[in-house]
This record gives sequence, C-alpha cells and structure tokens, in this order.
Amino acid sequence: MADLQLKKVVKRFGAAEVIHGIDLEIADGEFVVFVGPSGCGKSTLLRMIAGLEEISDGEILIDGEVMNNVSAAKRGLSMVFQSYALYPHMSVRKNLAFGLETMKVPKAQINELVSNAAEILQINELLDRKPGQLSGGQRQRVAIGRAIVREPRIFLFDEPLSNLDAELRMQMRVEINRLHRRLGATMIFVTHDQVEAMTLADRMVVLRKGVVEQVGSPLDLYNHPANMFVAGFIGSPRMNFLKGRVGEVDGRQATLELDVGRKVQTTFAEPPRPGQPITLGVRPEDLIAAAPDEALLSGEAQITEQLGGETYVYISLSDGSMITVEIKGQAGVKAGERLDLAIADGKFHVFGEDEAVIHHG
Amino acid sequence: MPARQGRLVRFWRRNGAGYMFLLPWLIGFFGLTLGPALASLYLSFTNYDLLRPPQWTGLDNIKYALFNDVKLRHSLSVTFQYVIFGVPMRLAVALGLAMILDRSVRGVGFYRAAFYLPSLLGASVAISVMWRQLFGAEGLINTLLFLATGWQGPSWISHPDYALWTLIALNVWQFGSPMIIFLAGLRQIPEDLYEAASMDGASGWRQFRKITLPLLAPVIFFNLVLQTIEAFKAFTQAYIISGGQGWPADSTLFYSLYLYIEAFANFRMGYASLLAWILLLIIGAFTALAFWTSKYWVYYEDESR
Repeated sequence: MADLQLKKVVKRFGAAEVIHGIDLEIADGEFVVFVGPSGCGKSTLLRMIAGLEEISDGEILIDGEVMNNVSAAKRGLSMVFQSYALYPHMSVRKNLAFGLETMKVPKAQINELVSNAAEILQINELLDRKPGQLSGGQRQRVAIGRAIVREPRIFLFDEPLSNLDAELRMQMRVEINRLHRRLGATMIFVTHDQVEAMTLADRMVVLRKGVVEQVGSPLDLYNHPANMFVAGFIGSPRMNFLKGRVGEVDGRQATLELDVGRKVQTTFAEPPRPGQPITLGVRPEDLIAAAPDEALLSGEAQITEQLGGETYVYISLSDGSMITVEIKGQAGVKAGERLDLAIADGKFHVFGEDEAVIHHG
Repeated sequence: MPARQGRLVRFWRRNGAGYMFLLPWLIGFFGLTLGPALASLYLSFTNYDLLRPPQWTGLDNIKYALFNDVKLRHSLSVTFQYVIFGVPMRLAVALGLAMILDRSVRGVGFYRAAFYLPSLLGASVAISVMWRQLFGAEGLINTLLFLATGWQGPSWISHPDYALWTLIALNVWQFGSPMIIFLAGLRQIPEDLYEAASMDGASGWRQFRKITLPLLAPVIFFNLVLQTIEAFKAFTQAYIISGGQGWPADSTLFYSLYLYIEAFANFRMGYASLLAWILLLIIGAFTALAFWTSKYWVYYEDESR
C-alpha cells in the first residue's frame, strides 16, 4: 500500500505531446478513477505509472520515491489489463503464482496466497484449468487474482470491464468495490464509462486531451462541474445546454436571457458583465413540468423512452435544438405533445464563454 | 457388369476433368518418386553395378551394413555430429536474430533480407567454394586472426579436427529461413503478455524462458523437425568443400556423401540404395521422436490440456 504523486508529468510520442503536465496526488488506500473519452490519455497515464511507458518529463513518486527510472518489474505494482493478458500456456494456478515465483517466495507461502486469492474471487474450482477454457468473467477474476496475490503497493486497472457484457460488468463492479474495501489498498482505475467511474471512485480524475479537467468526488463533480466538458461528461442522460446572455445586472443579481425561453433571475458570487454570452446547463432530472405562464421553456415532445422507473422525453425547442427531460415514474407523454418546463429549485449551472463555470445553482 | 460400368462412367464424368488436371503431377509422382523409391527398395537386396542386371543377394547387403561397414559407421557419426551441433546452433542464432529484429529496429526490412540471403545462397556451389577460400590456410579468417592476435592459424578446411566445424559454421550461417519463421512466430505473441510479466516482476531472461519459449514452442518444433531433416540430407557443401571425398581423413565424410560415393564412384547401386533407405529410417525415427516428445514441451493455443 502506498501513496502516489504525479508532478508535471508529460508524455510525448515523437513530436506529439499527449499528456500535458499533470499534477496529481493520490493518498494511501484511495480508489481513484481516471475517466474521459477515448484518446484523452487516461490509459497512457496509467501505463506511465505502471512503468510500461517512459515518462517524457516531470516525476512520478511512489511513497515519496521517484520512479522515473525504476522498471515496471521493480515498482511493486499490479495491473489488470483490458485484454486480461493471462498466460495462455499456464494453468490458472500457475498464472496466479507466476509473480510470486518471480519474487522467489517460498512454495508453501505461494500455495497459501494463491488459495487465499482464489477464495476471495471464488475461482477455487478453476485453478487447474487453462485460460482458454474460461469464460470472459472467469478470466477477469483470474486477472484480478493475479494482481491480488502479489500484495502490490498500488493496483492499476486498465478498462478491465469493457470486454464484459452489461450484467457481468455490473457484478464485477460491485466485486471490485468490495475488494477495495476488504484490502484497503490504493487503486487506480481507468474507464471511459462515467457510470463505472461514479460507482467505484472515491475521487475521479476527468481527463480530456491530456489535461486534467477536474478532480473530485463523484458527487462533487456531479453537483459542481468545473466546466461544460465535465458537466456534459458526468451524468446520464447528458446535461442540457441552453445558450443565452447576461441581461440586466444589479450588484450580484443578474437576469439571464436565453435564446429560447423566458428570463431567469439568479445571484452570482461575482457580478457578471452585462451582455456577456453564457451557457445555462440544467440536468434532465431538474426540469419539471410547470404552468404555461410560469414556464421557462416550452417545446414539443419528439421521442419518449420508457425505462419503467423513469421516463426520458426528448423535446425540440422553437429553434430546433433538443433537450432531454427525465421524469420519475412512467409518464404518459406522447409524441407531438406540448410541454411547459421550469427548473426545479434553481438547480442550474452557468458557464462563461471559455466554458468554465461562473455559477452553480 | 453394366451397373459397375455405369458407376465408372459417372465417376469419370464427374471427376475426369479434375484428374486430367492432376495428370502431370500424377505422372511425376508415380514415375519419378514412388516408382524409383520402390525400385530402390528392391535394389537394396541386390548387387547392381549398372552394367549387369541386378543380382538378388538377400540379406547380404544388410548384414554388411550392420556388422562390417566401418565407413558407414564413421559417416553416420560425422552426420550425427553435424546434426546434433549444427541444428541447435542454427536454431539458436535464428531465434536470437529474430528476437532482435522483432524489436523493430530501424531498417528492419533491409536486415531481414540481408540475413535471409545466405539461406538462398547457402547450398550453392559458389558459396561452398567461397567457404573454402575463407577457411583455407591463406583465407580471410586466418588473415583476420593474424591481424588481431598475430597468430597464424591452420588451414581449417584441411585439418581433420576442424574441417567438420567449418561445415557446421556454414550451416549455422544459413539461419535465414528458420529466422523468418521465428520472426512470424514472435509477432504472434501478444505484447501485453510481456507487459503483464514485467508487472509480475519478471526480468527479460525470465520473460524469455517463461513466455517466449513456451509460446513459441510450436514454431520451434516445426523448425527443429524441418532443420533436422535438412541437416541429415546435407550434401552439396560437404561434396564441394571436401573435394567429393570427405577429406581430410574422412573427417567430412557425411552419410549422404558416402552414399553418393558408393553409388556413383564405386557403382554399388544396390548397396547405395540400402544406404538411402537406412537414411530414410533414421530421419523417420528422429521425426517420430520429435513428435512423440512434443506433447511434453509443445503447447498449442487451441488445445485443452
């Protein structure tokens, strides 16, 4: 178990810089998820921590010790790969024992650690099989088992669930969560799936194009996104964005004029500039039905998705843009129906021209 | 029998064209491969000097080969030495270079072609002649040795203790074709297995032993069988370098060379035929041995053991 520090970490492939100086501290025992769209550099960053990619610039420290020139083999970390990367010619038992044998751990102790890990992951019956004879979920368990037995300083997971079907993914998610609680180990998990990130993380690191957009707890990011990218990336269905500008300003009080819809009054922490273009962000579940004269927005329902527990309604506004509304329960909204909407409890975010947030509701 | 005739006609209608296309190959196979092979099996039990018709001698040839033929035993030991040292060394060099090339060095295409070249030229007469020059008393090897150490080396090629080794060296030098096959095999091993192994703390050597070798085993096996067969049959190099005689002092009297001398210098075609069959049995035995042991060291991805 260990803590981890990244100091101005840069990765270049030839002339192309893909990681642009990332600073990050991960505490002992923390579960941190790197999340972002593909190509954001999250896997590269993980591989740099692992020692599988060279660090072009900056420093990576584990327990205060600079790791830049320490080989992957000597960093004492474990990694679970997206492809599982099990040794196909070895039995499950051998796969689990391989790292321990490399470290010259005594036989008896290896047996104990292996059966321990097998116990935790419920793969006892599979120990004498070869990876080729296992299902995807079983391979995944073995891959995690291989990481556990070595009692690594930090666990690294590189999109380990993306090859599993939806149900199995959910099940493994829960198990990884349980594993983290049981082992109390530092874990870094890479995924492009924000639901996976939200459910697993103590802290999420949202990356885009090799830059950290925001770091924080899942709810922190959900409630206080730092910019439009994070706001749009976290949460499903996506946050709705409405363009507009700042109208009259009276001290910290300001009126927002949306391109489509009525005016919104709100109080800013710092007085905004009148006429400044803004984007108002509101989550689908924060849009509620309102009386026509009190409605902020109105539009025509295009498509309704019934999920049983909730209903998603896609609504086209007068300028042709689409917004999503989430309604609890089974709402019988029909296509073509006119809906009048207001924002619940002033729960919206305002973003400035540079997409950075200037107001949280 | 009309019914049978009908069937024959139908068979011919359906498959006739195919067999016509096969005809050139069939003629070659029966006329030039199977026919002579069976004839040589018969000749093995005869005395035949090409001038008079073969005389049946029963087991005389076999008795002579097994109990009296000192040269046969000697030539077998030369060939065994050649196989036992030459094949593993060639495979080792081929694998080593394939691993270097697999690391995608700049200009890998050029090196691949350059390293493969000796295999294209290797069995040719010209290269064997060149080898004689290289390892002769005044050859390049000795010149370099003299320049480097001031020591005047012997004529490697005409020294009974070294002559065979120059041939083994020539054999090793032709590592191109197994190298290409190894290279293809190495490309099949997923990179993330090496990454997983290094995360598991395995050094390069351990990765080689525990990942590369076992996963390459089917390819190693394939190369081993192929190269062993080829080495048993080696002839041209020995013929040229030893002046067709296996000199010096029979030190390069390969089995195939001895067979050739018996057949075309001494005109003992019957006995030479027997020698050919003995070689076939030996190669067959080695191949069978390789296949039999392979289940203990060759892992195939698709098998569920």
